[in-house]
Amino acid sequence: MFADYSMGELTAIFAMQGFAGLILFSVFVLMALGLAIIFGQMGVINMAHGEFMILGAYVTYLVSNVFSDYLPFLFSIYFFVAMALAFVVTGALGMFVEWAMIRHLYKRPLDTLLATWGLSLILQQIYRSVFGAREVGVTIPEWMMGSLPLTDMIEVPINGMFVMVLAVGISIAIYVLMFRSTWGKQVRAINQNRIMAGAVGINTEWTDRLTFGIGCGVAGVAGSAFTMIGSTGPTAGQLYIVDTFLVVVFGGAGSLLGTIASAFSISQAQSILEFFLSGSMAKVLTLLTVVGILMLRPQGLFALKLRK
Amino acid sequence: MVQNNPNFVLMVEDLTVSFDGFKAVNDLSFYVEPNECRVIIGPNGAGKTTVLDLICGRTKATGGSVNFKGQELLNMREDQIVHAGVGRKFQTPSVYEDLTVFENLELSYPKGHNVFGALFFRRDDTVKDRIQEIAEMIFLEELLQEKAAFLSHGQKQWLEIGMLLIQDPELLMLDEPVAGMSVAERKKTAELLNRIIADRSVIVIEHDMGFVADIATRVTVLHQGKVLSEGSMERVQNDPKVIEVYLGH
Amino acid sequence: MTPTKKTAFLTPKEMIGFAILAALIFVVLPLALDTFRLNLFGKYLTYAFVAVGLVLCWGAGGILSLGQGVFFGLGGYCMAMFLKLEASTPENTAIQSTPGIPDFMDWNQITALPWWWEPFHSFGLTLIAIIAVPVVFAFIIAFAMFRRRVGGVYFAIITQAIAAILTILIIGQQGFTGGVNGITDLRTLHGWDIRTDEAKNILYFVNGILLFAVLFAAHYVRKSKLGRLLIAMRDQEDRVRFSGYDVASFKIFVFCLGAAFSAIGGAMFTLQVGFMSPTLVGIVPSIEMVIFCAVGGRLSIIGAVYGTLLVNFAKTTFSESFPEVWLLGLGALFIAVVMAFPRGLAGIWADWVEPRLSSLFSRKTGDDSTAAPKTPAE
Repeated sequence: MFADYSMGELTAIFAMQGFAGLILFSVFVLMALGLAIIFGQMGVINMAHGEFMILGAYVTYLVSNVFSDYLPFLFSIYFFVAMALAFVVTGALGMFVEWAMIRHLYKRPLDTLLATWGLSLILQQIYRSVFGAREVGVTIPEWMMGSLPLTDMIEVPINGMFVMVLAVGISIAIYVLMFRSTWGKQVRAINQNRIMAGAVGINTEWTDRLTFGIGCGVAGVAGSAFTMIGSTGPTAGQLYIVDTFLVVVFGGAGSLLGTIASAFSISQAQSILEFFLSGSMAKVLTLLTVVGILMLRPQGLFALKLRK
Repeated sequence: MVQNNPNFVLMVEDLTVSFDGFKAVNDLSFYVEPNECRVIIGPNGAGKTTVLDLICGRTKATGGSVNFKGQELLNMREDQIVHAGVGRKFQTPSVYEDLTVFENLELSYPKGHNVFGALFFRRDDTVKDRIQEIAEMIFLEELLQEKAAFLSHGQKQWLEIGMLLIQDPELLMLDEPVAGMSVAERKKTAELLNRIIADRSVIVIEHDMGFVADIATRVTVLHQGKVLSEGSMERVQNDPKVIEVYLGH
Repeated sequence: MTPTKKTAFLTPKEMIGFAILAALIFVVLPLALDTFRLNLFGKYLTYAFVAVGLVLCWGAGGILSLGQGVFFGLGGYCMAMFLKLEASTPENTAIQSTPGIPDFMDWNQITALPWWWEPFHSFGLTLIAIIAVPVVFAFIIAFAMFRRRVGGVYFAIITQAIAAILTILIIGQQGFTGGVNGITDLRTLHGWDIRTDEAKNILYFVNGILLFAVLFAAHYVRKSKLGRLLIAMRDQEDRVRFSGYDVASFKIFVFCLGAAFSAIGGAMFTLQVGFMSPTLVGIVPSIEMVIFCAVGGRLSIIGAVYGTLLVNFAKTTFSESFPEVWLLGLGALFIAVVMAFPRGLAGIWADWVEPRLSSLFSRKTGDDSTAAPKTPAE
């Protein structure tokens, strides 16, 4: 399959596909981080995770409209405002959902799965009624357009770079939150022994709500970042939910590093395969491999062996 | 100690398990004779429950050997170990709450244990009589049609013991059978156990020293995954090492 | 006291439950509905096969599969491939550049029938494949996962991923599978035109009879020791294991059984509706099938049929007139059935309707023995 290409071309192909893979990787990481917090730390399956992401995207879309209509001179920085707002709005919705629904279902994970699926249908319909069934896109600020030529055959788009930087930044932020903040300590304590955590004075109810909110907020930021590289429709969230869950499970639930490693391997495999096979076959092959490996090693890539 | 005595029912040798480097059970060896009642005692975290888990296949050992009547148990599945003749009772009573006492006992009846056997299992008179017999033994004959969820804590413990008895295992392992029981229930249980252990080997984990003295043939004291002392109740009770780590406080 | 009860295959109460359902399916619906509507209900009943399988897997066994559409689809595709080959005679397809192969293959520049289509020339092999292909597939999944003690949400996620993968594969390989449109334009079964009103009526009854066969099979399993073991496993898996059962083999069995039920439903869907497409395989239909079962009551096999009929009837009614309300309603249904009515219609029946019925009954006859509380309809 390589015979038709020269050495230089092959390098360029791998570099470009590798880069496309890196963008996909960033997208996966952004999507999966929120889920890794919610699923990994709380054991809750949130099937509406994709819809929380889309909410972040719609918030960004609204903010970009407001800026271009009323604050055109600040348009180049609207994205940062939008991202913060996306975090707050989706986070708040997440906390509300936790209060209204999730907290009643902690002992019934399979039921949570069905209930959040119901929530995802409702959100989809609300998006469709409010924003219309068609996809909407945002205007990217000028500084994010175009691409950087690295060599004469390899070019990297700036918006892609931006999403990558964002993914790295948010990963670091979550890592710090998780392992350096009081909240992170409480979350991990609850994950290991809920009753004991309650007994030593951690407000488990509030921590759960906050954790779910932060997980959803991160999803919102992911959605916000999406608008830089693609358009948004009411059902777009559903397209990603399987990939996202596989990324988290493949990485080993509870391990942030695992999530990132698995996002990296899945995205690279898929984008490199995509060049040689059709897009759908590349995806089938990648997902099948992941499922196959999960059948052989259900605990995922990174997991501790614990005394029962 | 005689290492190759063919009269031992169970020979545990150099048994080791490590959880990410932490050795919960470390080079442990002990031997159980037919009709012996062996009580394992030791402070919390000594590895008592882990030893039972290793023998019955719930936890996979890192090394060593568990030989039961000439069969190596370490590479067998849990259900195969049960069929070989080892029964296990858990620390917290684990019965099927949604099923009746009768159904609980019926599921443990040693017949129809594969998929099609279970599909075409007939509840014939032999089965019913045996369940009746066991139910009388465990003081539950009046409650056969009651859902297990409605039993008291002590009754659930008895039911689980009954579920083991109906299997008629040659080696019975009981993890704290009287924990959480009232004084009256405790007495009844001691009486029940004394009847049960007559014709089989038993390993019991227990903290209640009075109860241990009642039933034990020999006592093994575990500490940090190793045997600290072994012998008759009297000998163990007077062993200065045991007094220091366990009985002293 | 001697435990002699519950040895009969059907208690009088269960017999009445089956009789009422039979009356509804075989008498009331055919008399009340025109051929078009009856065929629509026939389509709903094919989903009920899946829901009944889910009662065993999920309700009793605690194994939630979000990929039942896979088995429904595999069964349906097997049937569709046979019908498509019968419809693609060289005479019928004379205008194609390669006559004698299905039209979509010709459109995709495929010039010879792929080898794995060949067995579907034979009706006997097709009937075997309808059951065997999904069951073997289910066995592989279940064997790999249950032997490694994977269950719960992991199993749900993996089965969902498999549904997604199969859908992408079918759509991507359109030359071999008919792609996103599926396999359409099916005409005859052994020369018998399945598109006529008469054929549709007959197929409705065949479907009903098969559904009852499946219901009885499921009822037998629930009543057997295996049924009690499933409940026991759901709550105390370790105890079952240490009572000497190989837990995985029971889970594999029940999952394969659910797959076989779904496959029969899928094959009947193809016959009655006249096509099979990836829209019935993927994530969305698979999870909707779970809600059919949940609405009926996850522990009740008869409830599963009512749940399926009700949800689908509502879906057709609402999405015809108010499509935007339907999705909201379906979403709310998912949430409500989980949070407020976890035992579904069967639970409502057992808690509200039955006590009232029986008190009414006992007042008339003076017999109060039936008023005692009873476990949900089984």
